[in-house]
Amino acid sequence: MLDGRGLIRRRAGARLWLSGLWLTVFVLAAVLAPLISPQDPLAQDLMLERLPPAWVAGSEPGYWLGTDSLGRDVLSRIIYGAQVALAVALVAGLATCLIGSALGLVAGFYRGWADRIISRIVDIWMAFPPVLFAILLIAVLGTGLTSVILAIVIIDWTRFCRVVRAETLNQSKMDYVHSAKVAGFTRLRTLLSEILPNVLPVIVALLTLEMGIAVIVEAILSFVNLSISTDQPTWGGMIAEGRTSIHQAWWVLVFPLIALFFTVLSFAQFGEGLRERFDPVLR
Amino acid sequence: MADSIFQVSDLRVDVPDMTRKPLFGAAPRLEILKGISFEIPRGAVLGIVGGSGSGKTTLGRTLVRLVEPNAGRLLFDGRDIAHLSDAGMRPLRPRIQMIFQDPMSSLNPRLTVGRTIAAPLGAKVSDARVKAALEQVGLPADFAGRYPHELSGGQRQRVGIARAIAMRPDFILADEIVSGLDVSSQAQVLMLLEQLVADLGLTLVFISHDLSVIRRLCSRVIVLRAGEIVEDAATADLFERPRHAYTRELLDAIPIPDPSVRW
Ligand SMILES: Nc1ncnc2c1ncn2[C@@H]1O[C@H](COP(=O)(O)OP(=O)(O)OP(=O)(O)O)[C@@H](O)[C@H]1O
Ligand SMILES: [Mg+2]
Repeated sequence: MLDGRGLIRRRAGARLWLSGLWLTVFVLAAVLAPLISPQDPLAQDLMLERLPPAWVAGSEPGYWLGTDSLGRDVLSRIIYGAQVALAVALVAGLATCLIGSALGLVAGFYRGWADRIISRIVDIWMAFPPVLFAILLIAVLGTGLTSVILAIVIIDWTRFCRVVRAETLNQSKMDYVHSAKVAGFTRLRTLLSEILPNVLPVIVALLTLEMGIAVIVEAILSFVNLSISTDQPTWGGMIAEGRTSIHQAWWVLVFPLIALFFTVLSFAQFGEGLRERFDPVLR
Repeated sequence: MADSIFQVSDLRVDVPDMTRKPLFGAAPRLEILKGISFEIPRGAVLGIVGGSGSGKTTLGRTLVRLVEPNAGRLLFDGRDIAHLSDAGMRPLRPRIQMIFQDPMSSLNPRLTVGRTIAAPLGAKVSDARVKAALEQVGLPADFAGRYPHELSGGQRQRVGIARAIAMRPDFILADEIVSGLDVSSQAQVLMLLEQLVADLGLTLVFISHDLSVIRRLCSRVIVLRAGEIVEDAATADLFERPRHAYTRELLDAIPIPDPSVRW
C-alpha cells in the first residue's frame, strides 16, 4: 500500500541531506583551507595566466578549475573564499537573528510602550533603501570584514523583528497562553517555554535564509569593491574580476558563481529541511 | 461563609466601546456584566446558561481572573481577589483551574501531552501524577508522548480535563467544553466529568447554552441575559417551574425528539 506520509518524509529527508552535505563541504573547505588548497590562492604567475579547467585542452595539472588573469588558482581561491562567506553567514546571521528575534518577541508579547517604540523604529528603519544604506554604512565604517557584518546586522535585524513580532502576536492570542496564566506561569516563563517553541520554526527558517542573504550581501559588497582587502579571496571579488575577462576565461566567473549559488540555496533548503524533520506539528 | 467557595457581589465588567468612539475623547463604556451577585457553595456543580453574547464567558473568565472586573467584590475562599495582581494571584492559581472550549487552541501544539500536564505541576513527565491524571480521564499512559494534533477532538478535551484535575484544584471552570465535539464524544466527555465530580468532590462551574446538558450535570443553574442574572434556582425547580419568561424561552428551545414524526 502506498503511504503518502512516507513519500513526503523521504523527500524532506533528501532536501535535508543534500543541503546538509553541501554545507558540510562548505564548512570543511573554509576550516581546512590551508590543508586542502592545491595551490597558494595568492600566488601570481604570469606564465600560468588564464589556464582552463582540467578537462579542457591546454590545462596544467594541479590547477583543477583553471587560473585567473593573474595566474592564481581558481579552486584554491574558491576554497579560501569560503572562509569569508562562512564567517559572514555565521556571525552576521546569528547576530541579526538574536537581536531581531528578541525585539520581535518582546514587542509581540508585552505589547504596550515596548511594542510602540520597537515598531516605530522598525518602520523608520525600513524606509531606507537597504543597498544604499549598506554602501553608506561601509563608507562611514570603512571597509573590512567587521564592517560588512555590522552593516548586515544593522540593516537586516528588522526582517526578523517584523516577522517574529507578527508570529508572536498570533501565538499570544491562543488559549494556551491563557492556560499558562491559569497554571500560574510568570509572563517571562510563558514567553520562553510556551510561545518561543511555537515561534522557533519561523526563527530557524529566517535564520538559514538570512545566512544565505548574508553571503550574497558580502558578495555584492565585494563585487563593488566595498568588502574586504584584496589579499583575502572572496567569491564576490572573484566574480567581479571574472566579469572583465568573461570572453577569454569564463571559468573565473562561473565557478565562484556556482559555489555562491549552491551555498545560498543550501542554507534556505537546510532551514526548510530542519523544519520538516524536527517540527512536531509538521512531522 | 466557609462553605461558599466563591462569593460574588455586584460584579461589573465593562470595556471601551470602540465602535462608538468619537474622533476625540474617550470611548463610551460597553457594559458586559451589569452587577452580578451569586454564591458557589463548596462541592456544588453550578450551571451558567444564556444566549450567545449574554456574558457567560466573560463571567467565567472573571472568576478565574483572566479578566479583571471593573467593580464589585469577588471573594474566593473568603478573600477578595477582584483586583489582585498577577503576582498576587499566583499562589492561588493551582486552586482555580479552567477547561477551555477549544482544546486545539488551549493545548500548546508543540508540547507533548505529558509536558502539558506536567509543566503546571512543576513536575517531570515521568511523574506519577501525570500518569494518574491520564488514567483518570481514561487515556492510556503512552499518550504522554503524543502531540495534540495526534489526538482526536474528544481525546484532546480529555487532556484539557487531565491538566486541570492534576492540579488537585478546589474549583474548576468548564466553558462550553463539549460544544466543539460530535455528539458521541460529547456524551463521553460529559460522562467522564460527571464521574470526576462524584469521585473528586469537585466544585464546578459549567457554562453551556445546552440546557439538556445542564440538567444532567448541575445542581444549580444561573440564567444570564445581557449581562444580568434573570434566574438563579435549583436545577429541578428551574426545569419544573421556570419563573422568568426568558428561562421559559430557553427551555422551549430544547429540541425534544418527537416520536410522531416519520422519516
Ligand atoms: N474584549 C471585548 N471587547 C468588546 N466587547 C466584548 C469583549 N469581550 C466580550 N465582548 C462582548 O461582551 C458580550 C458577552 O460576551 P461573552 O463572550 O461573555 O458571551 P457568551 O455568553 O460567552 O457568548 P457565547 O455563548 O456566544 O460564547 C458580547 O456581546 C461580546 O460582544
Ligand atoms: Mg462564550
